[in-house]
Amino acid sequence: MTLGKHKYAELYRAMLRIRRFEETAIDVFSQGKIPGFIHSYIGEEAIATGVCGALEPTDYITGTHRGHGHCLAKGMKMDRMFAELYGKATGYNKGKGGSMHISDFGCGVLGCNGIVAGGIGLATGAAWGSQYKKDGRVVACFFGDGASNRGSFHEAVNMASIWSLPIVYVLEVNGWAISLSTGDAINLTDLTERAKSYGIPGVGVDGYDVLAVHEAAEAAVARARRGEGPTLLVCYAPRMRGHEEGDPQQYRPKADIEKARKNDPLPRYRSWLLDNEVVDESVVRAIEEEVEAEVALAVEFADASPYPAPEEALDDLFVEEVR
Amino acid sequence: MREITFSQAINEALKEEMRRDPMVVTWGEDIAAIVGNFGVTKDLLDEFGPERVKDTPISEDAIVGLALGASLVGVRPVAEIMFSTFLGCCMEELANQVGAIRYMNGGQITTPLVVRTCNSLGRSGAAQHSGRNEAWIMHTPGMKVVIPATPYDAKGLLKTAIRADDPVVFFEHALLYYQAKGPVPEEEYTIPFGVADVKREGSDVTIVAYQVMVHKALEAAEILAGEGIEAEVVDPRTLVPLDVDTIVKSVKKTNRLVVATEECGRAGVNGEIAFRVIEEAFDYLDAPIVRVTAANVPVPFSPTLEQYIMPKTEDVVEAVRRLIDGG
Repeated sequence: MTLGKHKYAELYRAMLRIRRFEETAIDVFSQGKIPGFIHSYIGEEAIATGVCGALEPTDYITGTHRGHGHCLAKGMKMDRMFAELYGKATGYNKGKGGSMHISDFGCGVLGCNGIVAGGIGLATGAAWGSQYKKDGRVVACFFGDGASNRGSFHEAVNMASIWSLPIVYVLEVNGWAISLSTGDAINLTDLTERAKSYGIPGVGVDGYDVLAVHEAAEAAVARARRGEGPTLLVCYAPRMRGHEEGDPQQYRPKADIEKARKNDPLPRYRSWLLDNEVVDESVVRAIEEEVEAEVALAVEFADASPYPAPEEALDDLFVEEVR
Repeated sequence: MREITFSQAINEALKEEMRRDPMVVTWGEDIAAIVGNFGVTKDLLDEFGPERVKDTPISEDAIVGLALGASLVGVRPVAEIMFSTFLGCCMEELANQVGAIRYMNGGQITTPLVVRTCNSLGRSGAAQHSGRNEAWIMHTPGMKVVIPATPYDAKGLLKTAIRADDPVVFFEHALLYYQAKGPVPEEEYTIPFGVADVKREGSDVTIVAYQVMVHKALEAAEILAGEGIEAEVVDPRTLVPLDVDTIVKSVKKTNRLVVATEECGRAGVNGEIAFRVIEEAFDYLDAPIVRVTAANVPVPFSPTLEQYIMPKTEDVVEAVRRLIDGG
């Protein structure tokens, strides 16, 4: 019981918030309430939960196009997130960002990013800012195995390494970059080896195991906070659904999908909590009811919220507007 | 008043703003130890130290990406991209991140960063070191574009850029660093964005030009004055925001417009300026608008070839003569 009952229970709540948010988002998306497209974080819950559970509220994160989980784990509210997914005026980004670009700077979420690897330079710059200001903050930068093939990743991680920046690079290996498997995109089986070329530690964990992620993240965050530089934290968590909702995954062997679903991190953690009598079942059930209520209220809020006035499309570009 | 070079003017602006605000930092390739290709960052490392004046690896994407990230947490970075052709190595960061992030996030944050870069047509740099890429940035929403022609304008506008809470791409020019020398007061001043400067008054034709072409337009105006033609030279100084009012006012007075820029003519700043004039002063035009630009080819190396594709003083003179004769 190294983390304490309360923390173990809260990790479950954090994972469940993501799972139920995503399941509900898929549901309302199928009802046509969400424009555009959504990439669900289902199956990756343990990663954002484990990493953000190791951060302070004042620390920063950057998320990805598959970023709802990152936002929720860092403490963003479901109601304003749903409102943003709907394109409503009450959304975090006032309807200008949507699913892939949701953010709450007040909460330390420096934005999800629709460009694969697009948040890596930005996250590294925020880490530079923290180092320069000596404010003790750490940045957790989430991205996928596909992003690790982009030049932005290479340039930024190299820079973080030479300058010993306080950042943890969280590489979520979900096995697929849309339709291209990781094996067909990267000639490595162990992606922690990527870290070697930057002279930084690479740590691999089971991304379905929230406690393993949390433990590895705590070590990486502590190292960053001590001023010893970045870590590449590689979390393996096979994608449980399509790239985006509506993707029939015809390119993917059925067994691969089945295998991922059988290892679902959520029931796995729930069983661990109960089988080892870490928390009472009543506690787990109470969390489940609370999360259900939170999701229901959030959808209600989004449903009831107004769309932005059309002319608001011209606001928010510059601080000093130009004609 | 004392006279200093364009390079010294930029250097003074950087020093003064770094003294004024400890959150102003600068980084780029070869700017600290060897003070840049054109002496722009001279003495900065000695005065402000390696924490605030940083040499980076050759990583343009990260140079801009890190500047953006640092700007989100209260730092005011001035990032240098050595030549404007290298904007091609970081357009992802500029177009999809820097330009978009404040808007995309519903105005939650400000992004006070400056990217300084350098146009360089006319130095036998060939296609990859002879950039005039201001149109890329002007076309992309979310960034302000500054493009001064004189030491006075460069200093005052860079100080404004560093203090601005919006992202600014600041275009210098390799041929101006040492060759453009002019009066710059010792005392503090800034120049607001979106205010064009009439560099020469005249009544017969308006020549809109910026950066090197301002100097060529002024030379052309002197030649034309000998022929009894008085040209007005308007330097917008910033392209975003663009001071359309001053340009239109001038055209309403002269009834003729030449737009002279070093860029490839096609789909460029010149076309935008012409269109804004058409929208607001079509009835005042006595003749079609004429443009003087570079040819639509990658810049060639050999001086004879490069000179051929570049807009020259004589081209401006010739364009005005044709306009007056035809009108």
